[in-house]
Amino acid sequence: MLTHQDVEKLAKLTQLALSDTALAEHLQALNQTTSLLSPIKNIATTTIEPLISPLEINQRLRADVVSETNQRDRYQSLAPAVENGLYLVPKVLD
Amino acid sequence: MQHKTMAQLAQALTNKEFSARELTEYYLQRIKQHDPALNCFVTVTAEQALQQAEQADARRAAGESTPLLGIPLAHQDLFCTQEVRTSCGSKMLDNFVAPYNAQLIEQLNQAGAVSLGKLNMDEFSMGCSGQTSFYGACNNPWDNSRIVGGAASGSAAAVAAGLAAASTAMDSGGDIRLPAAFNGLTGLKPTYGRVSRWGMTAYASSFDQAGFLTRTAEDSALLLNVCAGFDERDSTSAQEAVPDYSSTLKQPLTGLRIGIARALFNGDLNSHIGEAVLASAEQLQQLGATLVDIELPHAEHAVAIATIIGTAEASTNMSRFDGVRFGYRCENPRDLADLYQRSRSEGLGELVQRRTLLGAYYLSAEQYQDYYVQAQRIRRLVKQDYMEAFKQVDLILSPTSADLPRAVNATVDANADFLTQRYTVAANLAGLPALSLPVGLLEQLPVGAQLIAPHFHEARLLNAAHQYQQATDWHTRTPAGF
Amino acid sequence: MQWETVIGLEIHAQLATKTKIFSGSATEFGAEPNTQASVSDLAMPGTLPVLNAEAVRMACLFGLAVDAEIAEHNRFDRKNYFYPDLPSGYQTSQMDHPIVGLGHLDITLEDSSIKRINITRAHLEEDAGKSLHEDFSGMTGIDLNRAGTTLLEIVSEPEMSNAKEAVAYARAIHSLVRYLGICDGNMAEGSFRCDCNVSIRPKGQTELGTRTEIKNVNSFRYIERAINSEVQRQIELIEDGGAVVQETRLYDPSKDETRSMRSKEEATDYRYFPCPDLLPVVIERSFLDELREQLPELPTQKRERFEQEFALSTYDASVLTSSREMADYFEAALAISKDAKLTANWVMGELSSLLNKDNLDIQDSPISATQLGQLLVRITDNTISGNIAKTVFEAIANGEGDADSIIEQRGLKQVTDSGAIEAILDEMLAANATEVEEYRAADENRRKRMFGFFIGQAMRVSKGKANPQQVNELLRQKLEG
Repeated sequence: MLTHQDVEKLAKLTQLALSDTALAEHLQALNQTTSLLSPIKNIATTTIEPLISPLEINQRLRADVVSETNQRDRYQSLAPAVENGLYLVPKVLD
Repeated sequence: MQHKTMAQLAQALTNKEFSARELTEYYLQRIKQHDPALNCFVTVTAEQALQQAEQADARRAAGESTPLLGIPLAHQDLFCTQEVRTSCGSKMLDNFVAPYNAQLIEQLNQAGAVSLGKLNMDEFSMGCSGQTSFYGACNNPWDNSRIVGGAASGSAAAVAAGLAAASTAMDSGGDIRLPAAFNGLTGLKPTYGRVSRWGMTAYASSFDQAGFLTRTAEDSALLLNVCAGFDERDSTSAQEAVPDYSSTLKQPLTGLRIGIARALFNGDLNSHIGEAVLASAEQLQQLGATLVDIELPHAEHAVAIATIIGTAEASTNMSRFDGVRFGYRCENPRDLADLYQRSRSEGLGELVQRRTLLGAYYLSAEQYQDYYVQAQRIRRLVKQDYMEAFKQVDLILSPTSADLPRAVNATVDANADFLTQRYTVAANLAGLPALSLPVGLLEQLPVGAQLIAPHFHEARLLNAAHQYQQATDWHTRTPAGF
Repeated sequence: MQWETVIGLEIHAQLATKTKIFSGSATEFGAEPNTQASVSDLAMPGTLPVLNAEAVRMACLFGLAVDAEIAEHNRFDRKNYFYPDLPSGYQTSQMDHPIVGLGHLDITLEDSSIKRINITRAHLEEDAGKSLHEDFSGMTGIDLNRAGTTLLEIVSEPEMSNAKEAVAYARAIHSLVRYLGICDGNMAEGSFRCDCNVSIRPKGQTELGTRTEIKNVNSFRYIERAINSEVQRQIELIEDGGAVVQETRLYDPSKDETRSMRSKEEATDYRYFPCPDLLPVVIERSFLDELREQLPELPTQKRERFEQEFALSTYDASVLTSSREMADYFEAALAISKDAKLTANWVMGELSSLLNKDNLDIQDSPISATQLGQLLVRITDNTISGNIAKTVFEAIANGEGDADSIIEQRGLKQVTDSGAIEAILDEMLAANATEVEEYRAADENRRKRMFGFFIGQAMRVSKGKANPQQVNELLRQKLEG
C-alpha cells in the first residue's frame, strides 16, 4: 500500500503541487486502484517476454535528409514567454 | 435529414438535391440550436466549414464525386487541426492553436470532407464518462440524467443527435466503442498501426488508435478507406496494404465462425444486455454464421494490466505539458519548480493528475518489475489468447458494456472507469480491430455488442456489421427531441 | 595510507548526422536560436519520433572499430525528468539494450606501453537543448536547436588508474571517432564531452570506493586537472575522517577545484521504461559485414603498421597516428622523402612546434606535406645541412616558395667539394694558429672541447654551408696530421 510520503514523492517526480486534501484523496484512490491490481502479481510469467507494442514489427529507419524548415516565429507565437528567439523560464541555477 | 447516413448524403449531393454549402449550413444551424443543451462542441469552425463546403461544391462541379466530398464531419478535440484550437478538453491547452494538422485531418480534408468543429471529450482521454472536460460535461441526448460515455463523449453525442454526419475519435481502451454503445452508434477502433497517430494527442502510445463513430458500418468503411494507410512520420504505422473496405460489405456471412467466450457473460454483466448480445448472435446465425464456444483465459486480467500500462505510458506522455513552450502557464512563477508545479496543477484536472501519479507509481524503481513488467508479460498472454481463438473462429462477439450508462450524479469509486472498459480494453492490449454496433434497446436506451477481428481484418468486421444492419434496424433508432 | 585511484569515463560524442536522431531538423552549429526546432523537437501534442538511419550506421561503425558485441536487437527507453532544455519531459535513450555492447580500445601510455581499456557499452540518445543564463530580466533563455541531436554515449569500465591514463583514453576515443568520420570532436563547440567518474580506495583493496562524477569536462588539459584535484580532495576528505558522498560535481578551471552541483544533488527516480513510440531496432549481420568493409584503417592498426613498415618506435608511431590528418600528412611527406625516421622527426619536431605556436591544426599547415617532403629530400641528398633546412623550413612556411627556389635564391647550397672545404679549413686554422698549437699539446678531454670550437669556427666561416660530416673528417685529419 502507498503511504502519504509515497504520494508526496510521486507528486514531486511528476511536478504536481498538491494540497493536503488533494493528496489525501489521491492517496485513497491510488490505494483503491492498486489493491484491484495486486492479483496479477501471482500469475506465473517467468518464461513470458513482455509485449511492449502489440504488432511486434521492427523499427523503420529514416534517411538522414533535412525535411524541416525554420518556422520559429509561427511556433513561438504559441509560447507564454519568448525573447530574442529564446523560450524564457525563471532563472535556472546550477 | 439530420439522421441520414453519410452514404445517403453523398447520394443526395450527387443527385444535386442540395449543395454541400446548404448541407453544411443545415448542420451549423442544428449545432446552434441543440448544442447548448448537449455541450458536444468545444470549437465550432463555421467559417472554415463553409469554405470547405464551397470548395467541395466546386470540385463536384468539376466532375469529382468521391464519397466524402462535402460531407460534414466533426473531430474529437485531440486531433491537431491547423490554425484551430486543439484543447484535448483541458485548460492546459485552452490557448493551444495547433500549427499543424494530424495526418487523419489532412486525409479527410483532401478527400473533400467538411469539418464542422472540435468535439468535447474527457480531459486528455482520461475517464469513460464524458464528465471530466474543462469545458463542462457533455450530455447524453438519449437521457440527460445519465452519462454520455467517454472519452469520445462529444463525438458520440454529436452524431447521435444529428449535429454531424459522423465523427472521428481516438480509442485507448474503449473510448470510441463505449460511447458508441451508449448512444446507438457504430464505433470502430481499427487495428493498431492501421491509421496514423501523427498529430493525435496520445494517451497510451501502445493502445491508441484513431477511429470513427458513424450510424452504419457502411459509413465507417467510407472513412476507413480514406484514413487507413502507412504514414512515415509514425514509427508504429503499419505498411499493410489497404483494401477497399466498401467492396466487401455485402459478402454473405455463410461459413463465418463467430466465437463467444461464455465466461464473459457471467459476473457483473446486466443480464438484459447479455440477452440482447446473444440475440444479435442468433441474428448473425440466421445470416449464415456459426457460433463457436471459445475461451479467453486471461480476459479477467485485462483491466488490471491495461490500468498499469495505460497510466504508465500516459503519465509520461503528460510530461510535455509544462508551461514552457506552449499551453497554460501560471501567473508570476517564483522559480522553475513553481512554474512547473503550478502550471501543471492549475492546468491539468484532478483525474489527469491522479492518473499521472498512478502511472508514475507503476514505473517507479520499486514497483517497475512487479507491476509494469509483469503487466506487459500478461499482455502477451492476453494477445496469445486471441491468436489461439482466431485459429478456430473468424470473429469474436461480446458485450461492449456491462451495463447501461450510470446516472450523472452517481458516486463511483476510483476503479469504476477502469472497470467500465472490461470488455473493450483487451483489443487495445492486443492491437486488434474492434467495432461496437447497436443490437437493442433497454429501458429505451441503446445497447451495443462488440465484434473483434484478427489484425488487419477490418473488412470482415465491417462486412458482418453491415449485413447485420441490413437485417435489423437498431442502428436507425435516434434519441427523441433531436 | 597508500591510495589508489579508479577512474571511468563516460564520453558523449555528438554524431555528425545531418538531421536529428528522431526528427528531420537540421543540426548545423551556430544557427539562430530555435530555428532548428520542429514541432516534434518542441514535443507538441501528437508528435512522434522516427529513427535516423545514419545514427544507427555511425554507432555500428564505432562498435565494429572497438571490436564490440553488436546485438541483433536494441531498444530505446524513456528516462523521465523535468528540465527546460528537455521538451518532452523525458530523454529518449537506451537503458537495457544498447546498440553497442562490450568492446575495448588499446591506448599508448607515456612509457610507450599499451594498456587495454574495456568499453562497457555505447548507446544512442538524444541531446538536450541549451540554457542561456545571461540576463533576460532575471530569466533563463532556452534554445532548443540542440534538443534532439544525436549523441553516442561511450562508457568505459572503471579501469584507469590515474589522470594521465584517463586523458590517453579520452584522446584515443577522440581520435577514433574522428578517424571514423562520425564525430568532429570539437570540444569547444560541445561535440565531445567527458564525464569523469572518480573514486579512491586503499591500495590493494578490491572493493571500489564511493565515486563522484565530474560532468562535462571539455578539454584534455581540464580532464587531467579535474581528476587530479578531485583525487586530492577525496584523499584529504577521508584522511580528515570524512566520507565521500556520491554526487555530481563540476570542475572550475579558474580555481582548479571541483564543486558540487546543487541542482542535481538529490537522486531522482528516472522511471526508465521502453519507449512505446519506437520499435525494436534490428541490426542484421549482413549489414555489419558490409559496414566492416567500409571501416578505414584504424588508429591501432595504423600505429602497428607504422612501427613495422617504417621501423618507428611505438611512441613515434602513436604520435603520428594520433589523428588521421597527421598520419596522412606523414605518409604523403614520406612518399617523397623516403626517409621515415627523418620525416617523423620533422613532423613531430619542427612542424608540431610551428603549428602549436600559431594554434593551427595540421589541416591548416602553412607548409604542405609535399613541400616538407621535398625539403627533406634536399637533406638526404646532401644539398643542405639539417641546420640550414630549418631556415628553409621557416621560409617555406612564410610563403616564400618551395625548398629548391629558396635554396637557390638564398644560395644556401651545402658545400661538399672537399677542395673547397679544405680551403675553408686552412683559412680558419691559419686564423687560429695559437689554438691549433694548444690543441696539439692538449690531453684527450681538452682536445674534445677544442674540437668543438674549431667546428664552430669552420661553420661560421662557411656560413653554415659546409657539409658537417666532411668538415668533421677533414678537420680531424688536418689537426692530427
